[in-house]
Amino acid sequence: MRALVAAPHEGTLRHLSDLLVRRHNLLVLILLMPPLLWLGMVYLGSLFVFLGQSIFSIDEFAGTIVRKPTLATLAELFHPANFDILIRTVSIAAAVTLLCAIIGFPMAYYAARYAGPRAKAAFYLAVMMPLWSSYLVKIYGWKLLLAKEGAIGWIAGRLGLGPALEAWLALPLVGGPSLSVSYTGMVLVFTYLWLPFMILPMHAALERVPNSLIEAAGDLGASPGRTFRTIILPLALPGVVAGAIFTFSLTLGDYIVPQIIGTSALVLGQAVYTLQGTAGNIPLAAAFSLVPILVMALFLTLAKKTGAFDAL
Amino acid sequence: MHANIDPALAIAAVRFAGVVRHFGAVKAVDGVDLSILPGEFFAMLGPSGSGKTTCLRLIAGFEQPDAGHIEIFGEKVEGLPPYRRAVNTVFQDYALFPHLSVGDNVAYGLRVRGVGRAERDKQAREALAMVKLTGMESRRPAQLSGGQRQRVALARALIVRPKVLLLDEPLGALDLKLREEMQLELKGLQRTLGLSFVFVTHDQGEALSMADRVAVFNEGRIVQVGPPEEVYERPRTRFVAGFVGSANVLSAAEAQALGAPARPSSLRPEKIALMSAGASAPTGAVVLDAAIVDVSYQGPVRRITARTPGGLVLVAAVPAGQAGAIERGGPVRLAVRSDALQPMESEE
Repeated sequence: MRALVAAPHEGTLRHLSDLLVRRHNLLVLILLMPPLLWLGMVYLGSLFVFLGQSIFSIDEFAGTIVRKPTLATLAELFHPANFDILIRTVSIAAAVTLLCAIIGFPMAYYAARYAGPRAKAAFYLAVMMPLWSSYLVKIYGWKLLLAKEGAIGWIAGRLGLGPALEAWLALPLVGGPSLSVSYTGMVLVFTYLWLPFMILPMHAALERVPNSLIEAAGDLGASPGRTFRTIILPLALPGVVAGAIFTFSLTLGDYIVPQIIGTSALVLGQAVYTLQGTAGNIPLAAAFSLVPILVMALFLTLAKKTGAFDAL
Repeated sequence: MHANIDPALAIAAVRFAGVVRHFGAVKAVDGVDLSILPGEFFAMLGPSGSGKTTCLRLIAGFEQPDAGHIEIFGEKVEGLPPYRRAVNTVFQDYALFPHLSVGDNVAYGLRVRGVGRAERDKQAREALAMVKLTGMESRRPAQLSGGQRQRVALARALIVRPKVLLLDEPLGALDLKLREEMQLELKGLQRTLGLSFVFVTHDQGEALSMADRVAVFNEGRIVQVGPPEEVYERPRTRFVAGFVGSANVLSAAEAQALGAPARPSSLRPEKIALMSAGASAPTGAVVLDAAIVDVSYQGPVRRITARTPGGLVLVAAVPAGQAGAIERGGPVRLAVRSDALQPMESEE
């Protein structure tokens, strides 16, 4: 019998590919081996070794680590000075996340529902471009914008909003001598830095909402506002939550922005940085590092409870 | 049901007057006049891109006309958004809300109208019972089959008691058996509710079997409106003759040669009879000797394509059992009654 197709050229490589096609579990294993080794051993392994240190304590006089399990180090997190750091950091992260969601949603919504192909390309470019420049350059750029004699103050003055800005800065907590050394400034800079991480997942979620669902809601008598609250927002929520995971955790861990923009009060990232560096208190640094993980776990649990992932 | 009422006299459920809708250079709807009667099952039939779906979306309010007027029960609706119109739509993809249970999907229209939880749950249960989905309230749309989703979409649209129900190719995604079942059910539902159904389809069989009247669309215009028998038996143009069923289209001269008036005419394949050798021609029929070009078996009928010595090609559909000794290349005698030819307004 004559072969219908030219006989393939036999060889070791062909035997190997035949084997992988037949036994695709083997293929999956080969594909996943490098990332599993990296993520499982190098990354997660060292993370847990580090976090494990939080049950040790430090000898105050010798400055050495006492390798005897204790809850004293974890309890130290609740000392007023340390607890302040946690509350401050979580509040800033929450404010940044909220602001990112409020600013990002309309942009993501426009790109997902109304933009044509060209406008969509321009949108992606505009959202991604800030990520291409150095993080430090952007922060110092913002420092200049926020300074007392900076562009934001000048524009506010020109628009006659000078007194409003003064009044805002005079407020306790959010205010300060100038925007560049206030929590307001810090939140603004964080919002700027992490906005792309909020917009992109929201955009992806909104793009997956078929137009017919929005039409159906209107058809059944829902006003646009009602449609937004009952259909669009619940369906976009997984995207918002995904974006919030980014903005929230990135803010929780950052220690550079607070150093350049913030006040003298520490945030969590700075605390970890100084504790493991100059202070050499690895156990307390590890205890602090547990907090973002627990906060994110709590956040995801709450998000799941509110049905954010029901549409997935 | 009400097809015998003069459309000009009754208050139309939906009336289009010179409606135009363009998308850029594309004339999706290009001057459509129509009236749909209260309680009528009205089918909009046409190939894709013929403007039928855009017409449905104009009634629903998802599109606004560029010119012309649209009335729903005598009320002008141009500029009125979908949520202020007393019409509801069953979408082609059903458009069920994936994050809501089946019960909440059905009750959605009541929820936005401010009906309380207990009352809307009760009505949703009734609506689901009406479409034979009792006890499915707590399921998710993703857990349902295509046919069940279709029923949920129907219940959701009907629960708010629309004056007109719009159906956009609702049976397109179902398999044949289920489609036939749903056709009967939809027709029955429409009859009990006494509601106007406007049904968009590209399936001529569906349109003919369900509708009280059919509007045939082509290139943004309605080419013929009428009861199914009329549209099928007396197609006005070559397009209608070809799209609604199949037909032989004859020129004026060919029609005259078969003893009919000298007008472009259509001739349905099933109106051509096969004659056994030696039989005498029935009265009023012209007998044609022809050569068989092609034969295809289609279950109940056999389609025979034959060419006369004069070059006229005709397709005949004969009961499959009757066509015994028929084979390609062989001779055949066809009988055509001249009154089976339907004169058309144009050959186009």
